[in-house]
Order: sequence, then structure tokens, then C-alpha cells
Amino acid sequence: MLTDVIQAIFAALPVGCIYALVALGVALIYNATNIINFAQGEFVMLGGMSMVTLYGEMHVPIYLSIFASVAIATIIGMALMKVAYRPGKNTSLIIVLIITIGASLFISGSAMHIWDADIHRFPAFSGEKPIVFLGAAIVPQSLWVIGLTFLLVISLVCYFQFTIHGKAMKACALDRTAAGLLGIKVKRMVLISFAMSSALGALAGIIMTPLTMIDYSGGMLLAIKGFSAAMLGGMGSFVGAVIGGFVFSFLESFTATFVSGSFKELVTFIVIINVLLFMPNGIMGPRSKEGLEEEEVLGE
Amino acid sequence: MLDLNSVSKNFSGLAALTDVSFDVKNSVIKGIIGPNGAGKTTLFNIITGVFPPSKGTINFDGNDISHKRSDEIAKLGVSRTFQQTYLFKTLTVLENVMLGRHYRTRSEFFACGLRLPGARREEKLIREQAMECLDMIGLAGKKDRIANKLPMGEQRYLEVARALATEPRLLILDEPTAGLNEFERDDFLNLVFKIRDMGITILVVEHHMKFIMKVCSELVVLNFGEKIAEGTPDEIQNSPKVIEAYLGVEEDIDY
Repeated sequence: MLTDVIQAIFAALPVGCIYALVALGVALIYNATNIINFAQGEFVMLGGMSMVTLYGEMHVPIYLSIFASVAIATIIGMALMKVAYRPGKNTSLIIVLIITIGASLFISGSAMHIWDADIHRFPAFSGEKPIVFLGAAIVPQSLWVIGLTFLLVISLVCYFQFTIHGKAMKACALDRTAAGLLGIKVKRMVLISFAMSSALGALAGIIMTPLTMIDYSGGMLLAIKGFSAAMLGGMGSFVGAVIGGFVFSFLESFTATFVSGSFKELVTFIVIINVLLFMPNGIMGPRSKEGLEEEEVLGE
Repeated sequence: MLDLNSVSKNFSGLAALTDVSFDVKNSVIKGIIGPNGAGKTTLFNIITGVFPPSKGTINFDGNDISHKRSDEIAKLGVSRTFQQTYLFKTLTVLENVMLGRHYRTRSEFFACGLRLPGARREEKLIREQAMECLDMIGLAGKKDRIANKLPMGEQRYLEVARALATEPRLLILDEPTAGLNEFERDDFLNLVFKIRDMGITILVVEHHMKFIMKVCSELVVLNFGEKIAEGTPDEIQNSPKVIEAYLGVEEDIDY
């Protein structure tokens, strides 16, 4: 029994990290633009698949492969910004939402043609030999995932909390017009937020692929879970996004261990729907409705 | 300093401004008045690059700014406040003012993200300069309060502090005393004079006549998007055209 619980926790931790990273990517773009990006999962897929080709098949040195995979996803993320971000055009949030869903389908469809429809993986960073702890096993790659996620979360929080650049990015979401009038280059800030977010997604894909494997279609489900985690945590809150990610991974893991593996998505989505219905502001979100208001468009 | 040359603006056929020309000289306080819907805020939006004019040119210190983006115009030294305060609501008082200084930072994203020593020094400097602005405006004691938790009057002051932090040479105030009481308005009057004495040129839109007649040395009157008069407060108060425009409004207020 105790072993089962520990095993379920060991399984939940790395998955929670990945959900948290996707949720952070969603929160990052939301924080700078109020756009909810449903293509966030595709960056994870692109990171993982590029790494499969470069590191797994072409045996490019690992750091170079990581760098190139992140760069590929980042460039596509910045291209997505050019498509989805249209300030002053009075485009409603619904339309932008559909654009990101369309972009998601486009990217995964293209990926199927560039690669194939098979499931891929590449060797773990430091061996596959599980470490046994109190009768439960954890593979070294899980520790990589947990450690790197921890580092990424800390640096993101510091960036927004302690640097003027981070504050300026927040300012763009709070009031685009006022930010521009103060001399902040809003468009460039938004571009940086898309770049950071896609790089974050690609890194998630790179560290998770040896554990979970990846195929062209993995992005959409991840994006929905990342979005839900961000909602549960309170849209726009980084701490909330991380908490949300872990809540979902623990739910899934414990359902799979103690009920049945086939129930795990079912339970997750029941929770998601209830969150959307009964606590749309999430755990760390604003108490009033104000925080989720649609941004005002001034002028044309 | 600022030179408007037959500026016009149409919003899908509706003429908001027609052939407006005037100039603003260095270190004066110039006012723009006119009934509601006369095009005053539209004019400010055009000057600060929120949207471009349909026709005409605007020169600021010899630069044509008619088709520049708002962040480029801000860099040239134009700053403004809004009719409704446009503060970054959930950030603190100090952070709001620091963001006014943001564009003057040279450190790029990576230097800043990695907190390199140069970037850290610069951030310290920004903090100090922002505190100076708050000191001058009298809000230094409330630097850690969240902006939208301040009373309305102080939010106005904060907006001015944030605008001053960009080190403007032209400061544009859009109905700065709306929502202020009599005492606060007198306070604000002194602040405006203080800003002018720093060598900053001021352009102000205001409905409160007593305030604008006291504060401005020159006035422009707009009505239905056209300039109908320009001159000193005395000249304006005695101009038949202006009296007609305002009396016309008064007659309409029967309902």
C-alpha cells in the first residue's frame, strides 16, 4: 500500500512538472497579451520531435541539439505571434482563440508530414537504470525533469518580480495604450513573451520525451491540460499555474493507481469542467471578476 | 515647439477634426477648450500617436511626428495623462513610475534577465529617479501601495508622476482635474505651475473654466472639430464666436 502511494507520487511528479511548464507558457502569453494560446502544446511536440531527429537519429552533441530544438520552436512561436496578435484591429478574443487552435492543428498536421505518425523517443540524459526508494522506482530522467522545472520556475518568477523588463511586460497586458505612451515597445514585448513561452514549451518537450515518448499529435491534449492547470491556478498567476499542473498530475496518477488507468482522463476532465463552472478565477486568481475582463481597445 | 498644420481626422466618414492648425511655444501652458465632442481628446490621441491623422502634419521640435508610433513619440519627449486614469492597476505606485523610465534603460532583455551587474546598477538608478518624481509629487510615502487602491485624487498625481518620469519636454494633460474637489484642484494648479517652472511645456484640456483661465496663458477653442478661436484667456472670454458656441450649448440644456 505505502509502496503504491510512493510509486503514484513518483509517477505524478515529472508529469506534473510538464503540465506546469505548459501552464506557465499559457500564463506567460496571457500575461503579456490576454491571449489564451491553445497552440502551446505544439511547442512541446516540436521540441521533442526536433530532439528525436537531431540527438536520437543524427547524433548531434546533446547541448547543440537542445539549442537547435529550442530555436526551431522559438522561431515558430514568434511566427505564431505575427498571426495571432493583432492590436487595434478590434479582433475579439474568440477569434484569436480560434486562430491559436487552427495554428495548433496546422503545426501538428505539418509535423506528421515532416516526420511521420510513429511514436518516438531518444535515450535518457543519464541512463535508464531506475533508482529504488522504499520499494518504489524512479528513473533518473524524472529527476532531470523535476530539477529543470524547478530552475525554470524560479527564473521566471524572478524575472517578473524583480526586473524592470518583467514589469514592463506585465504593463503591456494591463494597459497596452498607456505602456506605448510611456515609450515601452509593446510589440517587441509581446514578441519576447511568445519567444519565451515557446522556448519553455520546447524545453518541456525535450526533457519529457525520454520518459513519455512523443508523436506528432501529442500537443493538443497537453495544451488543454496546460490551459486547465492555468485556469485552476488562476489565469496569469505563475505560482497558480504550477500548483494547477501538480493537482492534475496527482489526480491522474492516483486514479490510475487506485481505480483504473482508463479512468484517469475522465476524472481530470470532470475536475476541469467543474473548475470552469464554479471557480473561474482559480486558486490564486483575482477575487473579483475584474482580472479576467477583456482588454479595452482604444481608438480604431 | 509643437506645430500642427491643418490636421484632419475622419472616423469612417465622420469628421472628428477639420483643418486644425496652431502652435505651442516653448515653456508655455496652452489650453484647449470646447464643448463635449469638439474633438479635444481625438486631437491628443493624434499628437501622441495613438492613431495617425487622416490629413495634415504635426511637427515636434522639427521632427514630423504625424505617422510615428506612440513609443517613438514618447522617446522624442512627449508624455501624457488620460481622462480616465490609465494606471497599471495591480502594480505598486513605485513600479508605475519606474515603468515611465523603462525606455531609457539600455540593458537588453538577456542582460536584464540574467541580472548582470550593469543591469542591476541601472535598475537601482531607475528606482532612485522614480523616487525623486514621487517626492516631488508628494506620494513618496505611499510607494508600495497598489495603484488602484489610492483615492482618485492621488491616482491623478501618480499619473502625472509617471508621465514626468519619462522626462518629457511636452506634457499633455487630458482633463486632469476631473473628479477632484475644490481644494485638490487648487493643489493641482500649483503642481502645474511647478512643472512649467521646470521648463516643461504643457498642453491641457479641461472643462473646468475657472481652472483653465487661471492656469493657461494661451487658449485654443474647438467646436465640432474646427478651431473657432485662439488667444489669451481675456480675448477668448470676450470672443463673440466662443460665446455663441457656449451659449448654444446652454440653450440645449433644457431637458
